[in-house]
Amino acid sequence: MSPASSDMHIRNDGANPWLLKLDPRARIVASFLFACTVIALHGFVALSIALACSLLLLISARLPGAKTMKKVMTMDGFIIFMLFMLPFTTPGEFWFSIGPFNATWEGFYKALEITIKANAVVLTLLALVGTIDAIVLGHALNRLRLPQNLVHLMLFSVRYIDVLKQEYARLRTAMKARCFTPGNNLHTYRSIGYLLGMLLVRSLERSERILEAMKCRGFQGKLYLLKEFHFHRRDRFFSLFSLLILIVLLAVDQHYG
Amino acid sequence: MDKLIDLQNIHFAYPNQAPVLNGINFSLKAGEKIAINGPNGAGKSTLFHIMVGLNKPNAGQVHAFGQIRKTEADFKEVRRRIGLVFQDPDDQLFCPTVAEDIAFGVLNLGLTVNDALLVVEQTLSELHLEHLRDRATHNLSGGEKRLVSLACVLAMKPDVLLLDEPTNALDEKTQERLVEILNALPQAMVIISHDAHFRRKITKRYLTMENGLLITPDPKCKHAQ
Repeated sequence: MSPASSDMHIRNDGANPWLLKLDPRARIVASFLFACTVIALHGFVALSIALACSLLLLISARLPGAKTMKKVMTMDGFIIFMLFMLPFTTPGEFWFSIGPFNATWEGFYKALEITIKANAVVLTLLALVGTIDAIVLGHALNRLRLPQNLVHLMLFSVRYIDVLKQEYARLRTAMKARCFTPGNNLHTYRSIGYLLGMLLVRSLERSERILEAMKCRGFQGKLYLLKEFHFHRRDRFFSLFSLLILIVLLAVDQHYG
Repeated sequence: MDKLIDLQNIHFAYPNQAPVLNGINFSLKAGEKIAINGPNGAGKSTLFHIMVGLNKPNAGQVHAFGQIRKTEADFKEVRRRIGLVFQDPDDQLFCPTVAEDIAFGVLNLGLTVNDALLVVEQTLSELHLEHLRDRATHNLSGGEKRLVSLACVLAMKPDVLLLDEPTNALDEKTQERLVEILNALPQAMVIISHDAHFRRKITKRYLTMENGLLITPDPKCKHAQ
């Protein structure tokens, strides 16, 4: 099995990094437990080790640097305002002030802690779960006994997101053919609104057609996912090793925190 | 100067795919009606998209209305004067109601809302579609969608009409309506159609697209030898 065979940025030359050969289920569970553990950590020693672990995983997965950085930056973009606000809103020892606003060291440490936690978790997810092909991920989640509805929702999204994208592109082309040039005016906003509304209505109608077609083939609310996974020795080793690291992380945090 | 559209030696290939058009020469004069047929995927729709600048040729020149057209800005004017009716009406109709969809193109031409509504009424009555005025576009029948998408383009008063398989999935009655409407229009038009009867009702001139070239087909009648 090659879990990332259709993933674009993984070279499929038979020399896949060891990390990508692991059972997807082991990778999902490991990253989930890692996230839970990292959230529970408080001390900077343990957090630094966690961040180092995730960086190591990232290198092992041989992800392209620039693209990965961009993804991480996107995530950081979501929390950046909170990080800048924290020093000014947390009470504690005086650090510096801008006008009437006083920043505190406690707030700064809090912000740093959150940054390290968030980045460690995201990097691990990118390395372990982000490298699993979307379809394989769906199958793996199904085998991990996740609620069927969620798995189906995910698999259908994967299947139809491109259809939606194409529908959007066709509509935009047709709009262009009728001389539409986007600008900062009411006509543009209304037209874009119509476009999105129509996409929504069409998706709804398409989903009904798909369901009807499925019913015609005897669908009774159950989908059959046929993929089998095999837990190899390297998976057992990886699971054990991950568990060990998590315990060490917690112990270090107890000791220094 | 009397050529509305003049394509010279057009070559085109989609990225990473075999070439679709291999040196097309094509011209359309005012009032002329030309039908094109050819196998699926031969590049007929692509040819239309090149005429209005939605695809840019890899080589060759597009002349429209007496000028060579290269940049997006050039084609903005071309799209005002060439009306393209898409193969799938669903690609074209995206506003909540028929009236709004017809008004969309007219508003893009810079008319005020009141003037646009006048054009909408006028177009609807010319095509006898007044009863569809406030219907939701996605609830129309296939035939109604086709006629409305034609109305949307006609409302912009183009000099040239490009119709991409207009008889697709139309019943006979609607097809007759379409023939009536098209024959009454003064515009020059190019029609892609696989329906020989429909083609003959509109025009005598027809071309076939084969291997990326437009050719005048040999008469298929057995007495023609």
